[in-house]
Amino acid sequence: MTAEIVLQIFRFGFLLLLWLFIFAAFRVVRADLFGGRTGRVASVPPRAAAPGRRKSKGPKMLVVTAGPLAGTRITLGDQPILIGRADDSTLVLTDDFASSRHARLTNRGGQWYVEDLGSTNGTFLDQQRVQGPLLVAPGQPIRIGQTALELRS
Amino acid sequence: MSGPSTDPRSAGAGPAAAPAPTRRGTELVMLGFAIVITLAAQAIVDITLTQSLRPELATFGGWFTALWVVMHLVVRRFAPYADPLLLPAVALLTGLGLTMIHRLDLAGDQVGAAATREDAPVQLVWATLGVALFVAVLLVVRDHRMLSRFAYTLALVGLSLLALPALLPASISSVNGAKIWIRLAGFSIQPGEFAKICLIIFFAAYLVDKRDVLALASRRVMGLELPRGRDLGPVVVAWMLSILVLVFERDLGSSLLLFGIFVVMLYIATERASWLVIGVGLFGAGAFLAYQLFGHVQVRVDTWLDPFAYRDTGGYQLVQSLFGLGTGGLFGAGLGGGRPDEVPVAKSDFIAAALGEELGLFGLVAIIVVYLVLVERGLRSSLIVRDAFGKLLAAGLAFAIAWQVFVVLGGVTGLLPLTGLTTPFVAYGGSSLVANFALLAILVRISDAARRPAAVPAPPGTPPRATLGEAPTEVVRP
Repeated sequence: MTAEIVLQIFRFGFLLLLWLFIFAAFRVVRADLFGGRTGRVASVPPRAAAPGRRKSKGPKMLVVTAGPLAGTRITLGDQPILIGRADDSTLVLTDDFASSRHARLTNRGGQWYVEDLGSTNGTFLDQQRVQGPLLVAPGQPIRIGQTALELRS
Repeated sequence: MSGPSTDPRSAGAGPAAAPAPTRRGTELVMLGFAIVITLAAQAIVDITLTQSLRPELATFGGWFTALWVVMHLVVRRFAPYADPLLLPAVALLTGLGLTMIHRLDLAGDQVGAAATREDAPVQLVWATLGVALFVAVLLVVRDHRMLSRFAYTLALVGLSLLALPALLPASISSVNGAKIWIRLAGFSIQPGEFAKICLIIFFAAYLVDKRDVLALASRRVMGLELPRGRDLGPVVVAWMLSILVLVFERDLGSSLLLFGIFVVMLYIATERASWLVIGVGLFGAGAFLAYQLFGHVQVRVDTWLDPFAYRDTGGYQLVQSLFGLGTGGLFGAGLGGGRPDEVPVAKSDFIAAALGEELGLFGLVAIIVVYLVLVERGLRSSLIVRDAFGKLLAAGLAFAIAWQVFVVLGGVTGLLPLTGLTTPFVAYGGSSLVANFALLAILVRISDAARRPAAVPAPPGTPPRATLGEAPTEVVRP
């Protein structure tokens, strides 16, 4: 009788153990998805040019302020800037939430516009989802997945 | 690292100042969990069947633990950013496989058959060889991209391995009608298992080269992007190759495996669903032809359609497997409580049925979910890794595992015709186990490359910052 009970404990206990393993594995997966890189926002890049150094019309560079690439700067020219996971993007993101061709920044007469290229998870300018081309002011955060960018003068 | 961290990753994941978590601590904990489950399973089997723990259990436990400790240390040293779930999932699957093989060994002893061989220790030796190969691959392949340089060499090696048993005399290469073995001096290896990996590497390198041609030059017919005739070349070659394997080696499983992998990799590389349609069409044609031409295929299909009509002949194995699964029910008979030895070849081809009988639906689904985790981690590495070759290779390897599990479980449960593929990491069989450890090593290598942070680490000592959502945007005034 006791042997029978012990066997039943083994039987269900083992199944429980198996599913606990899976539960633990899922927790790791979850931590990867949500607790991951957002929680590990690296650091603000050293403050750019001292204020009031010069009067300039348009922004001069694109700075990544958060996400795995935080601290990266790209000097702005006339060429559009392609952002995405694809190798040939101007800014190659490693973000899992970014699409291969995620967004584009284009220069029109000294002003920069951001455009979403049909990405899965969207591009956000100041918490607002980018539908058509939107004018980006310097300092306004552009958010792509876990990466945040802004234009600096 | 950033103040009161709510990040679950920081728990035991390396030094606090690391720029990106390596998650090796998580891996170690999960490995420990897998080892505990394995040892618990072994102990339950022993107690249920013999009412005592066998003295060798300590040796087994030590050896088994040592294997994973070695792998963990090697990964920690040479692939520090590798995915933390790959090793634990494999550890659990290997452990459950070893337990079930040991359990079937015991069943053989009880029946009293004189010639029963102790297969579990042999499998443990194979696992050790597998770990050695894992370490070797991880040491030699420091960057997965170097594999693409040997693409054509590997294709040649793969094809030779695949063709070798067909060319050897049947006395060396044939077991139960399938000519897929090389039997030498008491050892038998299935070179096809290694060919599989070589060919996946080749497919990945080839498709990265050619995918633009395959994807772009196409015409639209009835809503499907059909490729040009001459671009069909590779898929037709792969198709004929798998048919040749089928004809000369009478190996339904490998042929299905190779063709499925190739079609899916083609689909992933080109993102054209038309390749799937073409693949299914070619497969249908091939399957129809094979059914018409080959007796052994007909037997397989007939027993699949109605196993109970052939329960005394070709369908016996499948019928026993179905009875076993039925006996197991939802919660199983308990480890050691069933009669999985009633199924012929339970240790290799039908180990899933044995597990299903003793662990029940809940246990079998748990095992499938562990495979799912393994495959998901592979596909995820494929998503994150930045080079196209790595993406395709990881996806191909992960899909190979998924496809193999699907085909095997489909066969065991009567959903698909029986094919003779092995359940990866679980089933008895040296080549399969060793080859799959090599596959795992490549996946670990790619996941390490995928999760390694980009080369711009945060400068130390800079103040931490809250997530962007809460932080005020800092405007730098001109």
